[in-house]
Amino acid sequence: MSKSPETQYPHKALGWAATDTSGILSPFHFSRRENGDDDVTVQILFCGVCHSDLHTVKNDWGFTTYPVVPGHEIVGVVTKVGNNVKNFKEGDKVGVGVIVESCKECECCQQDLENYCPRPVFTYNSPYYDGTRTQGGYSNSVVVHQRYVLRFPDNLPLDAGAPLLCAGITVYSPMKYYGMTEPGKHLGVAGLGGLGHVAIKIGKAFGLKVTVISGSPYKEAEAIDRLGADSFLVSSDPAKMKAAMGTMDYIIDTISAVHSLTSLLSLLKLNGKLITVGLPNKPLEVPIFTLVAGRKLVGGSNFGGIKETQEMLDFCGKHNITADIELIKIDQINTAMERLSKGDVKYRFVIDVANSISSL
Amino acid sequence: MASKAEVEHPRKAFGWAARDPSGHLSPFNFSRRETGEKDVAFKVLYCGICHSDLHMAKNEWRFSIYPLVPGHEITGVVTEVGSKVEKFKVGDKVGVGCLVDSCRTCQNCSNNLENYCPQFTLTYGAKYKDGTITYGGYSDSMVADEHFVVRIPDGLPLDVAAPLLCAGITVYSPLRYFALDKPGMHVGVVGLGGLGHMAVKFAKAFGAKVTVISTSPNKKEEAIQHLGVDSFLISRDQDQMKAAKGTLDGIIDTVSAVHPLFPIIELLKSPGKVVLVGVPEKPLELPVFSLLGRKIVTGSSIGGMKETQEMIDFAAEHNVKPDIEVIPIDYVNTAMERLHKADVKYRFVIDIGNTLKSSS
Repeated sequence: MSKSPETQYPHKALGWAATDTSGILSPFHFSRRENGDDDVTVQILFCGVCHSDLHTVKNDWGFTTYPVVPGHEIVGVVTKVGNNVKNFKEGDKVGVGVIVESCKECECCQQDLENYCPRPVFTYNSPYYDGTRTQGGYSNSVVVHQRYVLRFPDNLPLDAGAPLLCAGITVYSPMKYYGMTEPGKHLGVAGLGGLGHVAIKIGKAFGLKVTVISGSPYKEAEAIDRLGADSFLVSSDPAKMKAAMGTMDYIIDTISAVHSLTSLLSLLKLNGKLITVGLPNKPLEVPIFTLVAGRKLVGGSNFGGIKETQEMLDFCGKHNITADIELIKIDQINTAMERLSKGDVKYRFVIDVANSISSL
Repeated sequence: MASKAEVEHPRKAFGWAARDPSGHLSPFNFSRRETGEKDVAFKVLYCGICHSDLHMAKNEWRFSIYPLVPGHEITGVVTEVGSKVEKFKVGDKVGVGCLVDSCRTCQNCSNNLENYCPQFTLTYGAKYKDGTITYGGYSDSMVADEHFVVRIPDGLPLDVAAPLLCAGITVYSPLRYFALDKPGMHVGVVGLGGLGHMAVKFAKAFGAKVTVISTSPNKKEEAIQHLGVDSFLISRDQDQMKAAKGTLDGIIDTVSAVHPLFPIIELLKSPGKVVLVGVPEKPLELPVFSLLGRKIVTGSSIGGMKETQEMIDFAAEHNVKPDIEVIPIDYVNTAMERLHKADVKYRFVIDIGNTLKSSS
């Protein structure tokens, strides 16, 4: 007879979970495991609201198991470390991102690419090795193997830094891997939401010229004046799109709705690269002629390995890069999810966990 | 009364042309230009039949200009060279492929990427810089700028060399550019026709293990016994495809019909590359989730002139020879019908020298 979420582990925890495909979240009592020799217990202070959280609570991708506590942009303070933990101590500011466990033995894990391990355990909605399911950061605590805990830069604010744990690494990783970091080159950022706005900041820090490609003309002033983009291209303006054809070296496509790649691909130069990091739930149409005639590529990327995530955090610390956030209390989460589904946020909600999910 | 085609240039020429979208070819009198100071004129001995010739003869790509003399896998012997020609002399064995001109000044041309020049001129059915229409290799003679002529080494008979000029370079270029030419790699080839069998041969010559993915079970034995393919997957057999999941470093996809990309992408390791060299006339569906493991989908178009010569020299040195069926010119319409049904192992080559005779 399997134990209930409250009793399966020894330490009580409180979070907010979705219980069905309506995606409505409500208080949920569960429990966290004993802090093992390799574990770090984190009292959660802030958690970013990622679009993946919304997809998961509504079962858009078809693999949600309810009840699910979402949240994988976690920032908090260490309250306990296991005997084998040397790199963290009580009081340290740390982050936890998309992954909390992997096999540690495969070629990917051995190359610091835990994100490509064939047996990953994600921070929420994932079967853990002991048969239970992981619950995420819309909660007051989490216990994580030390390998998957990140040092949070001293100089960055905890709340605005939380989205880096997913949004940050999700754009940083492909930019490094696909060689999209040559100063002076031209980066297009398609979509201006959580991922897109961080891509602008990281792109500028790499010395790139950055153009935002968006269907929302009203976002232009903000994109240029506040976020630092060099230019703004309205994707629904055929004349402007035509004028911009063949001008970009790279595109990070953060759009999570289904969209045609035809017009985006036309913006690329010869050998141009379009990396998709939004995850539309239906296939996208790709015109093969455009790929063949310009030797262009469409590539994918999946958040990042732990070493790379730490590198990204340190890079953001050095360049003072954080997300632009709207801080909310947990009881505003359902309204926030609604607004997120309409793209009505500049540019990431972050839950003030410490001040709204009361500890037990 | 002589037609425009017969009088627009000073030298009589004879070939077979399509007159309309039925694609039916028949004898056609036309003319070739005087051998300019940078031109190489040669007697055509052989011309390969590329699937593009069929598409163009039937106006399937909707830019055919009739009368259309197809053929861009042309080999022969030099009969005259212009006063400024440095690389060739009378009697040399030469070939011309898909291009007869480009702008020569853009960045792509300067980087030996004439195939990506926005103003390249195709060997047939295109407007040349003198305003006339180009006529291809189903004819008794050719005149081309020296830059677009390649030398055929002694080790390659001219009939066998012909298909290298399009099919050969079309697969050689991406195998090199996308670094799928390292010994020990596992390369997949989708489609076993003219392009596909060349991809198999070049990949084997590079030291790869090769898997063919095909819809035709009847090609299996030949592929393994004769072409040296290491394994053969029937793409409609889901069990076979599943068993091969995550095994390929890269895939050259030669299929020009619309087909599902997802099962092909699934065959890739992470990271992995699918390179399309066939151009389906409708966009293909790309499920973005399948790219998460740093997989890319890209395309490639023929090759530059320097690369084409390199490919020919490689083929001569490593004995990479197309498998051909030599036919007389008056078989060409039947050959086109058989090509349409993929009934050829694996390229028709027209014996121009011995069978194309003008009746006048």
